[in-house]
Formats: sequence, C-alpha cells, structure tokens
Amino acid sequence: MDMNSFSPMMPTSPLSMINQVKFEDEPDLKDLFITVDEPESHVTTIETFITYRIITKTSRGEFDSSEFEVRRRYQDFLWLKGKLEEAHPTLIIPPLPEKFIVKGMVERFNDDFIETRRKALHKFLNRIADHPTLTFNEDFKVFLTAQAWELSSHKKQGPGLLSRMGQTVRAVAMSMRGVKSRPEEFMEMNNFIEIFSQKINLIDKISQRIYKEEREYSDEMKEYGPIHVLWSASEEDLVDTLKGVASCIDKCCKATEKRMSGLSEALLPVVHEYVLYSEMLMGVMKRRDQIQAELDSKVEALTYKKADTDLLTEEIGKLEDKVECANNALKADWERWKHNMQNDIKSAFTDMAEENIHYYEQIILLQVIMSIRR
Amino acid sequence: MEQAPPDAPRQLQPAPLEPLGLPDAGLQAAAGEGDEGAREEGPGDGTMTENNFWLKKIEISVSEAEKRTGRNAMNMQETYTAYLIETRSVDHTDGQSVLTDSLWRRYSEFELLRNYLLVYYPHVVVPPLPEKRAEFVWHKLSADNMDPDFVERRRIGLENFLLRVASHPILCRDKIFYLFLTQEGNWKETVNETGFQLKADSRLKALNATFRVKNPDKRFTELKHYSDELQSVISHLLRVRARVADRLYGVYKVHGNYGRVFSEWSAIEKEMGDGLQSAGHHMDVYASSIDDILEDEEHYADQLKEYLFYAEALRAVCRKHELMQYDLEMAAQDLASKKQQCEELATGTVRTFSLKGMTTKLFGQETPEQREARIKVLEEQINEGEQQLKSKNLEGREFVKNAWADIERFKEQKNHDLKEALISYAVMQISMCKKGIQVWTNAKECFSKM
Repeated sequence: MDMNSFSPMMPTSPLSMINQVKFEDEPDLKDLFITVDEPESHVTTIETFITYRIITKTSRGEFDSSEFEVRRRYQDFLWLKGKLEEAHPTLIIPPLPEKFIVKGMVERFNDDFIETRRKALHKFLNRIADHPTLTFNEDFKVFLTAQAWELSSHKKQGPGLLSRMGQTVRAVAMSMRGVKSRPEEFMEMNNFIEIFSQKINLIDKISQRIYKEEREYSDEMKEYGPIHVLWSASEEDLVDTLKGVASCIDKCCKATEKRMSGLSEALLPVVHEYVLYSEMLMGVMKRRDQIQAELDSKVEALTYKKADTDLLTEEIGKLEDKVECANNALKADWERWKHNMQNDIKSAFTDMAEENIHYYEQIILLQVIMSIRR
Repeated sequence: MEQAPPDAPRQLQPAPLEPLGLPDAGLQAAAGEGDEGAREEGPGDGTMTENNFWLKKIEISVSEAEKRTGRNAMNMQETYTAYLIETRSVDHTDGQSVLTDSLWRRYSEFELLRNYLLVYYPHVVVPPLPEKRAEFVWHKLSADNMDPDFVERRRIGLENFLLRVASHPILCRDKIFYLFLTQEGNWKETVNETGFQLKADSRLKALNATFRVKNPDKRFTELKHYSDELQSVISHLLRVRARVADRLYGVYKVHGNYGRVFSEWSAIEKEMGDGLQSAGHHMDVYASSIDDILEDEEHYADQLKEYLFYAEALRAVCRKHELMQYDLEMAAQDLASKKQQCEELATGTVRTFSLKGMTTKLFGQETPEQREARIKVLEEQINEGEQQLKSKNLEGREFVKNAWADIERFKEQKNHDLKEALISYAVMQISMCKKGIQVWTNAKECFSKM
C-alpha cells in the first residue's frame, strides 16, 4: 500500500501527529501486516455464512501481542466500516465489496465470488492499516484482535441503534435544507466526484465487457483450431501446414486466457474498487455538508433571534470548530486519496497494456515459425 | 480449312500460354502444354486459325463493377451489377500491353459460360464461380448482393475464374470462352446455339447411375469421398472463422469506448489529464485497426471458398464417370441378354421368359421362317451392340485417362494454392500482432506518464 507523500494535515489528535512524524521519516515503514484468507463455510440452523481468517502481525506497542488470528464474517466488516464512518465522518473510508451481486448468476457461495470478495476484504483492511488516522482507530484494533465473544460484547457498547437512527434522521433533515455556502474548493471537489463517478462506472462496464468478449473469443478459437487438424487427415501434402495453423490457434487461445486472467486480477478489481470509492466519496461530501448545515442552521437561528443568543453563540463556536476540523480532515485526505487513485489507476492500466503487449508477442512468435515452414 | 458443324465448339490453333499473374494463388498455366495438339472434345473437330490472338501473352482483368438497371425476361425492372472485362495482349519483346478487347458481362453470363464448359468438358475439373449470395458472413458483413464490399470481392472472384480458365491447358482453347472475352453482343445466342443444354445429362439419370453402377473405377469412388470431406471441413472452418471474426471485432471495438471515456475524464484531471487523453487516442486507433485486419481475412476466406466450390466440380467429374460406366454396364447387360435370346431361339430351348415364347405357347408355334427372321434381327442387333460396346469401352477408358490427368493437375494446383493461402493467413496474423504491439506500447507509455 502506498504511503508516501501526503500533504501535512492539521492534526486532529496527538496520536496522528506522532504518525505523521514517523511516516515522513520512513515513509515505507509498515508496522501492521494483515492478511485475509481461508474462507470457511459455517452452517447453523438459522443460516449459512462464510467466515474469513484474519492474521495480523504487528510491532506496535499498543497491541498486546505481536501476532493475532481471528475469524470474521462480512457482517463484522460492515460493523467496522460503520464505526469508522461514525468516528471520522469526513475521512475517506475505504470501500467494502458489495453485499451480493444481484445481476447475473453469481450466488453468494459461488467460488469465484468468494475469492473476489476475499481479495477485496484483504484490500479493505490494508487500506485502513495504511491510512494515517484510521490505522489507530480503536474499533479497528478490536476488530483485528478480539475473539468472537469479545467482539460481540464490544459491538453492543456505544450509541444504541435508536439514537443512531435519530442522528440519521436529523442529519437528513439538515441536508434537505441544501448547502447554502459550500466553500469553493468543496464545490470543485464535488464536481470532480460527480464526473469521476460517472467515468469510473463507465470504465468498469467497459472493462467487464472486454472480459466477456475475450472469453467468447477464446471459446470460439477452441473450436477453430481442431478443424485444421481434422482437415489434415484428408490432405497428405498439407499435413504440416495445417497442423502448424492448428497449433498457432491453440497457443493463441492460451495466450488469450492468460490475458483474461491478467485483466481479472489487475484491472477489474482496481476499477471496481474505485467505483465503490466514488460512492463512498459522495457519502463523505454529504456528511461534510451535513456538518456545515448544522452550523448554518444555528447561525440562521441566531440571525432571527429564535432562541437564547448566548447559548447559541457558544454552540456556534463549537460547531465552527467542528466544521473547520471536518473540512481540514477531508481536504488532507482528499489529496491523499487522489494521489493514491492516480497511482492505482496508472499502475492498473499500465499492467493491462503490458499484458496486451505480451499477448501479441506470444502469438507473433508462433506465427513467424509457421510462416517459415514452406 | 474444314468447317465444323455449327453446333460444335470451335477450337483454336493451340498456342503456348504463359503463366498469368494473380496477386495471391500462383496459377500454373499451360506453358508448353499447348503444343500437344488439339484434343477432340465433344462433337466435331473444327480448328480455326482465324486469330493469332493467343500467340501473344494475354492478360485478362475484371477491372470494374457497375450497377445497372434493365428489364428482365418478364419485362420487370431489375437492378444488377455488370463487370468490365478487359483483355490485353502483351508484346513479348517490349512488355507493353495493348488493350484489345473490353466488354461488360453480368454474373448470369458467367454462369452460362460455366454451364457450357461443364457440358462440353466433362472430364475437366471446371473452375468454380464465386458465390452467388454471400454466405458465412459475420455480423458486420452485409449479406446484401449490392453491398460494395461484396461486389468488390465478387469482382476479384470473377477475375480469378477467368484466369483459371485461361490458364487451363484444355479450356483455354475453347471458342465460346474466346467469344466471351471478345464478343459482347449476341454471345448468349451463340452459346445457346451450340445446343449444350440438350446435351447435358439429366440430374435424374446421373443420380440413378450413382446408385446402380456396379463397378466404378475405385479412384473415382475415393475422389468422391475426398470431395465430400473437403466440402464438409471447409464449410465448418468457414463457419467458425466467421464467428471468430465476430468475437475479435467485439474485443477490438469495445476498447474504443475507453477512448471516449478517457477523453472525458481527462477534462477533470490535472496531472493525469494528458496521459489519459493520449492513451484514449491509442485506444481509438486500436479499435479501428480491426476493420482492415478483417477485410484481409475476408480475402483468405474467399480463397478457401474457391476450393469449397471446387469440391462440387470434382464430384461432377465423378458423376460423369459413373454415368458412363453405368451406361457401359447396361449396354453389356443388354448385349448379353440378346445373345442368350438368340442362342435359345437357335437351339429351341427356352430358358428365359419371353413374351413371344408365351404367346407362342398360347396361340400356337411360330413357323420356322418366322423364327429365322427373328434370329436374323437379333444377330444384327448383337453386331450393332458389340460395336457400340466396343466404342463405349473406348470412350470410357479415354474419359478415365483424361479425367485423371486433369485431376492430377488439379491436385497439384490445390496443394500449392492452399499452402500459400494458409501461410498468407499466418502472415496476416503476424501483421495484426505487430499492429497490436505498437498500439499497446504507445498506450503503455501514455499510461506510465499519468
């Protein structure tokens, strides 16, 4: 995961200051290693679900041990994400893979689906680990280290469901009022996010389509090659040439399969992650707007002298701080995110180009051999 | 110069023909074979030397295609395509070519020519015409006969047909073929006057022979089997190739969508913008490169199609042999039965059932004079029959000899042409790969600069 150069952000906590210093000195120093593997199916009377094994290795003092192994299910990941969003409403939390894919034949326990999800979950945890602020989140630590029963009891703490729902309702009500004065830079950000979201979704669709077309091409080629061998059975003088063509087509097939697997390993997951990121970003923008809306409504109330002015002024003061923190957190994280995005996209597409070059190079070799045979 | 009967195919003084160039398959022309002397094909033995045309090297080309409208036999408006056939004679000495004939023909006239050749040269593997309707098309290709790409490919196919005929040691000397190239008006009437349609063997007769012949030459049976296999495998190959082309087209074209989206995306990016934009351009280049690639492949498909249709021509020769053999067997059978009848009449023993015998039994014996008369008639018939059998046998053997010679010629041509075609296919793939490598290398550079 990439951790180099992010713009210095206004510290939100002493802990993150320590982070900053450490990372600037040794940007590649990782002290938290997480792997997600071994999906296992669990069957109970009520339901069937999959758990994943999570192994954490760390040298950090605040961890009780240097190695942990736990099992988590998708619900647990959802919980973690929720907690992170709650604690850091304007930070760009890494996206989780979707709950399930509605379209198509993929059902929840299909092997490919599980593997794709496992990889995405692995990425999710590592992105959190690499994030300068999120990596020190307490819930994250509990997630990585607590045994099953410990996690359940931990989950039960914190604001109850009803109060959380109340918060959401209030927040929605606020945001309905519209953002009157979104600062310029956030307007730009919002504009970027909208367009980015459109484009990355299209790219996701295009890439999936290419995969599908290549699959169909490969299937046809599988039938194409053997016909030449069949033909060679009735042509004494053309046996070599025909068999040569058949073998070229065969190898072309294999090269296509390889190209497809390259696509599905490198490009498709990255593009899809950024599709999810773009949704996440829109959520972040909303939350930022909500925080500002809270302030704006109090300011408005003050203007119309609707309530106790002293109390209001105090509240406004607090809210102004809150808004400033939120905005700064977002700004810094935005820069970091954009930088990572650039690298990830660049690297994914460069790999794709490399795969394609390799693909053609493979085939050309065989065709040259074939054409020399006269 | 003796005048041949008007319905005979007139033959020209044989002259050496030099190989005629063709962009792809190298045609083996009849260099030197023309000196063998006029073969007797079909009725009549006319030779004409009214034209020294063939003494010089000639070039035939179907150079243009034009849409025309006219009235057909039922006086209804129709649209058709006419093809311009140009014949040039090339001077040995300075290689200069002079246009000697140029006329327009439509597809149906080519068909007429071919049908005529099939009737008068049944022992020759007559070159096939390009397909009448587009088959084995993949989605982008139109199945419409008026589509310019189809017309273009057909033009090339017709030219190929004429070149094949012109370089065939026997067919090239046919007068009707010569007139096809030189006499625009009235040619149809001239062909029809030969009465070739009447001479054609009926399909029913041929089918009958195929099932009933007892002793065909084994080589022809094998050849028929081979031609069936050839037809089946090439059809299958062409079908799958069309599907592969379809899929490949899809892969390339979808990449073109990247181009558009990258371009739109680059508008909001500062550092990544240029890289995205230029990478997008390369994706467009990649997507559009498939059009030329598949067009080239279409020519390859046409080369295979020619041999697909050649399979039918092979079968036609086999059918003729079967017909002749069957005819021979029937004649022999007939002769044998007459001989037997004769013998029975002479010795008085009746071993075979005959109507005469029956009626004689019922209505009384015939007189010795009557019997003598019958024996005489039979003896005459037997004589005639023996003569006929002898000549049929001779004909049959001649046919087999000549047919087999042409089949050997055909085999060599086929092996050469198919090998060339397959290798050219590999070369096409190489060119496709080179383009692919170039585009993706460029794209990679753009991506890495993002």
